[in-house]
Amino acid sequence: MRDDQARQRAERVFREAFTHGNRQMAAKVEVQDEVQAQCTRYRNEPPKDIAAAIERSQAASIRYPASGKMLGDWREGERIAQDGYGMRFTDPDTKRPNGGGCYNCHRISPAEISYGTIGPSLHRFGALRGTGEAIQRYVFGKVYDSQASTACSQMPRFGHNGVLTEEQITHLVALLLDPDSPVNK
Amino acid sequence: MPYRLLAGLLAAVLPCVGMAQQDTQKEIERYRQLLAEGNPADLFEARGEELWKTPRGPKNTSLERCDLGLGAGVVKGAYAQLPRYFPDTDRVQDLESRIVTCMVTLQGFKPEDAMKNPFSAPGRPSDMEALASYVAAESKGVKLAAPLRHPKEIEAFQIGEQLFYRRAGPHDFSCVSCHGENGKRIRLQELPKLTDPHDAQRIFTTWPAYRVSQGTVRTMQHRLYDCYWQMRHPQMDYASEASIALEVFMAKYANGGEIQAPGLKR
Repeated sequence: MRDDQARQRAERVFREAFTHGNRQMAAKVEVQDEVQAQCTRYRNEPPKDIAAAIERSQAASIRYPASGKMLGDWREGERIAQDGYGMRFTDPDTKRPNGGGCYNCHRISPAEISYGTIGPSLHRFGALRGTGEAIQRYVFGKVYDSQASTACSQMPRFGHNGVLTEEQITHLVALLLDPDSPVNK
Repeated sequence: MPYRLLAGLLAAVLPCVGMAQQDTQKEIERYRQLLAEGNPADLFEARGEELWKTPRGPKNTSLERCDLGLGAGVVKGAYAQLPRYFPDTDRVQDLESRIVTCMVTLQGFKPEDAMKNPFSAPGRPSDMEALASYVAAESKGVKLAAPLRHPKEIEAFQIGEQLFYRRAGPHDFSCVSCHGENGKRIRLQELPKLTDPHDAQRIFTTWPAYRVSQGTVRTMQHRLYDCYWQMRHPQMDYASEASIALEVFMAKYANGGEIQAPGLKR
């Protein structure tokens, strides 16, 4: 089978694999958006022109807070970073906010020793980089849509895909940047 | 199986989990060692063997004449050559889908009844978890040699490969999100890179496994269902073609590893 044939067969087999569960969820995973399709096709190593196009389109999708206030409450940020709740088929409580699950992949506050290593360590993130507006904007954008700066990054596009709200993201910005956050102690 | 001894070991060792992370890993290793002679999966194996040999279903027949790929009635070593293509069903099948076939053809169960309860819940044990434990254990020490020769086996591998990299859902996850690099962790859980023979051989050959956190044996089908749950996908259909294709994909890298199933996992 050629690669494009294999891809077509795989798409059909994929659609046939989720017939008993939640129909709405199935409809959403059956159709990949352009970024997911390109990253799948190039196995997360897109050629330069495609990578640049992804980064452009994703950067344009970021909605920064209208108030201009990007530094929220680091305590809230810590809670969101710990929480992995949301959007699994056993998570029926839509009133409960989604978590970010950040510790699954990142070292963040030093007190939490149960952290993953898929992403880089974020310990002392703000202590090393300051808390100015430029870095606030960078962190907000990174959490909102990681692929605006790194096409096909493994990190979820939390804002772009509506996993986290704008306000939740400002709390995560504070967790990384606030001088009082345990991350920077 | 010395229940009391096992309970004692669990009580002695489990509270230690949650200390500093290196200690935790060490404790888990020690815990595995302690249980190596008494994996609770032994109980599932024994129940599975009894189920296998007992006449059941509308045809009141046992599963002893089941053809798992090495001929009717051969259980020893059969798991080590799965998944594989079966001419009678004209499909590539894994252990569980093949057991379902035998329950339908030999015992007369309806397919939906044979697939009704593949994953146990508290108070609702699963025959499939027991049957899969028994058949897998009959290949202990045998090297995995999934065939990957028949055109349909090769096609399944190619489909599995596409699915392995397929990103979707609100988190953009694919299998590669967790299983694409060596030496990574989710929280404290170490992750195998499934295209690395060293990792794949160690991991693939130890399913089904008794999962301490769930208090039961879980099968490879459950492992995939659980991955897709975590990937924010909907519930994966039991024994779907996609699930078997992913198993064929993994088996290619795991081939050559010695079957040590049922294993013991977190």
